[in-house]
Amino acid sequence: MAASSESTAKQGGFRAWLNKRLPVDEFVASQLTGYFAPKNFNIWYFFGSLALMVFVIQILSGIFLTMHYKPSELMAFDSVEYIMREVEWGWLIRYMHSTGASFFFIMVYLHMFRAMIYGSYREPRELLWILGMLLYLALMAEAFMGYVLPWGNMSYWGAQVIVNLFGTIPVVGPAIVEWIRGDYGIADSTLNRFFALHVIAVPFAIAFLILMHLVALRQTGSNNPDGIEIKKNLGADGKPIDGIPFHPYYTIKDLVGVGVFLIFFCGVIFFVPTFGGLFLEKPNFEPANALSTPEHIAPVWYFTAFYAMLRAVPDQQMGALLMLLAIVVLFFLPWLDRSPVKSIRYKGILSKIALALFVIAFIALSYLGLQPANDLYVILARVFTAIYFAFFILMPWYTRIEKTKPAPERVTYHG
Amino acid sequence: MSDEPMKAGEEVDLSRRNFLTAATVATGAVGAAFTLVPFIASWKPSERARALGAPLEIDLSKLEPGQMVTQSWRKQPIYVVRRTPEAVATLEGHDASLKDPKSELSMQPDYTKNAQRSLKPEVLVVYAACTHLGCLPKQYFTQADPAMGAEWPGGFFCPCHGSRFDLAGRVFNGSPASANLGIPPHSFKSDSMLVIGVDATQGAA
Amino acid sequence: MVKAMRHSIFSAALALTLAFGSSAEAASGPGGAWTQWAAGNDVSNIASLQRGASNFMGYCAGCHSIKYMRYSRMAEDLKIPEAQLESLLVLPGSKKNDYITTALSAADGEAWFGKAPPDLSLITRSKGSDYVYQFLKTFYADPKSTNGTNNLALPGTAMPHVLSSLQGVQTAKFSEGEHVHWESFELVEPGQLSPEAYDDFVRDTVNFLEYVGEPAKAKRQALGVWVILFLLVFTGFAYLLKKEYWKDVK
Repeated sequence: MAASSESTAKQGGFRAWLNKRLPVDEFVASQLTGYFAPKNFNIWYFFGSLALMVFVIQILSGIFLTMHYKPSELMAFDSVEYIMREVEWGWLIRYMHSTGASFFFIMVYLHMFRAMIYGSYREPRELLWILGMLLYLALMAEAFMGYVLPWGNMSYWGAQVIVNLFGTIPVVGPAIVEWIRGDYGIADSTLNRFFALHVIAVPFAIAFLILMHLVALRQTGSNNPDGIEIKKNLGADGKPIDGIPFHPYYTIKDLVGVGVFLIFFCGVIFFVPTFGGLFLEKPNFEPANALSTPEHIAPVWYFTAFYAMLRAVPDQQMGALLMLLAIVVLFFLPWLDRSPVKSIRYKGILSKIALALFVIAFIALSYLGLQPANDLYVILARVFTAIYFAFFILMPWYTRIEKTKPAPERVTYHG
Repeated sequence: MSDEPMKAGEEVDLSRRNFLTAATVATGAVGAAFTLVPFIASWKPSERARALGAPLEIDLSKLEPGQMVTQSWRKQPIYVVRRTPEAVATLEGHDASLKDPKSELSMQPDYTKNAQRSLKPEVLVVYAACTHLGCLPKQYFTQADPAMGAEWPGGFFCPCHGSRFDLAGRVFNGSPASANLGIPPHSFKSDSMLVIGVDATQGAA
Repeated sequence: MVKAMRHSIFSAALALTLAFGSSAEAASGPGGAWTQWAAGNDVSNIASLQRGASNFMGYCAGCHSIKYMRYSRMAEDLKIPEAQLESLLVLPGSKKNDYITTALSAADGEAWFGKAPPDLSLITRSKGSDYVYQFLKTFYADPKSTNGTNNLALPGTAMPHVLSSLQGVQTAKFSEGEHVHWESFELVEPGQLSPEAYDDFVRDTVNFLEYVGEPAKAKRQALGVWVILFLLVFTGFAYLLKKEYWKDVK
């Protein structure tokens, strides 16, 4: 008896000591057991935490790759093969990182889609959406630079094409291109600085943005599939009656998501790591060769939609501008959507058609960006680019004129 | 739809919850442990390091008596000395001035635990690292070398802190070093082909 | 609603794929059934890999290196005894721990053939096993070329038909008319091997090259089965745990 009360007192003692110095209990109470999230989260709500998990996987696998990789144009390609063949379990760490890169984008695209269908970018969550968009940009930069590092032939020519895009900036374009490269063509200096940015600078930026993104989320509370604010209905205890404590309910539910995710993730790593040339492209198994362009230059699949838009425009400068606009327009989504309701469940038929067309357009553009640029594909790319932009440009109009259903008072949940 | 998010009044099956929590946590912990293995193992010497550290063959047919060659094996410098018969004779008779004349405290393979500390009496193979702080000892093979004094039987002198070793690598009294020079695993493939990195089997010549 | 949307997106994507999937017709050389020939590799077949290793060292290593592969690694994975490795496979001047290089220097290769024979460590990963298989099977006699032979998979290749002693010499019959495409081969001079034996020879060699491209492949697949099984157990427990706790939520 005396022993156990002594140990609890000791425990209490250490906890008290810790809490006097760090807000541990306060954090748990406000962010875990005391943070109430809507109880009607569905499958679309897994992808945020899974994206965070992929970030952790990339950091871990990336750090260990950096221990063996050599960022010089003479040694980079060889060092990757060294990792694949001669470092113990190097092949596994490499595949974790290359598969993780693609899965990061799959999670992020599904996560963004959730925001689009349920209006999670609407007031008061506009800043949450913008922080997410900044994360998306940072992730694209990170992925682009990471892809250059193996110094395969696609690494080289992909870098060549994308860096040349900056040359379309009026007046200062060519100077900027030379400044980015640090040389007169894609060279050792380019590789080395991309390595520094990819390993240190951009991961710090991403980590910071993730933190801000989570703080912004906790400030407003989560949205939900019905698009209603659960804080409007508080119970006697001051807690939303449609909310449940994040811990243990969503910590446990997210764990199931982790399990399912890992099954797919490991399935790819162990059985189809190149994923038919989509995750690890075939030309990249040849070393960079300034004198030999691959048959089809295409970025990795997660960029190909924007690449298709770039190629759809006959003028290089206009194409680059259009590509930029395609991403910029996403930033304005919170203010383009004028619907009285947030969630697609209650929006009118026009919004539903528009969203369906947008998804089809994005998938079609992604596919077209992977193909060689022949006449039919260019025409189709133009059509789908128009649809893509129409989704945004016409949104203030169709969200206002359509007939919506009234949003419910309480969330729809069928236990 | 009830007005409360949580079921009230129904019994929570605590034992089932505890079991499932334990099962999930245990499986997760096992998975996490297995996941750590590749990362930790990736620090082991790679195939390239192991290949570069493969046994080193040295042809001694051109090595004259009294001569020494320095070779590197697994990033360590190694001295190979072809001792003259006179030098081998000097190995006995100064046990009193040695810290560890029988090499009881020193590191060497079993097959070199003899008076000459070698497989062949005339060939000495030692790590060229002073057992004090690791400098390369310099060769002073001449008996009674003026720099070393009239009593000097021939051996090594470490310039860093003054440790002295005889022609079997045994450390003299008065040296900062306390152990005899270490001996790497080695064997003879043929009469003149020394292999560093492969142990001699019992009774090898 | 979302379910219906998902369904329509899926069918739209499927329709697009089917409509544009047949773009493989835009071939640069003579098209035809040979483009469908598949290597059918099995990198877990050690006997095949051993034969392929021997084939490679005997017929290819004179000009082509596989510089990311060590002899010792090959011996370990393919279970080749050390004695046989040294006597049959290790090239003169190399040690068993060395990478597998070739005696032909790049300068000489370029001088003699017009193009230095490339290193083949990653050829199956960059071009595909099927391509390599097709390449080795579609050499044909072509009086118009500088070295007397041509190749359907890589028209105008600088590589001579080094395996002609084994396969023999074949001519290619092309169709007439506007769209020239390959119709068939005819063996005009037999080689040491029958067509079936030559086919086996090529398959073993391509299998070996696929192994060289990724030596860890067989191990990766074997391990993967256990990993997935483990994850199914973990996810199963996590799911039951979730269902149990979510009974609370009404």
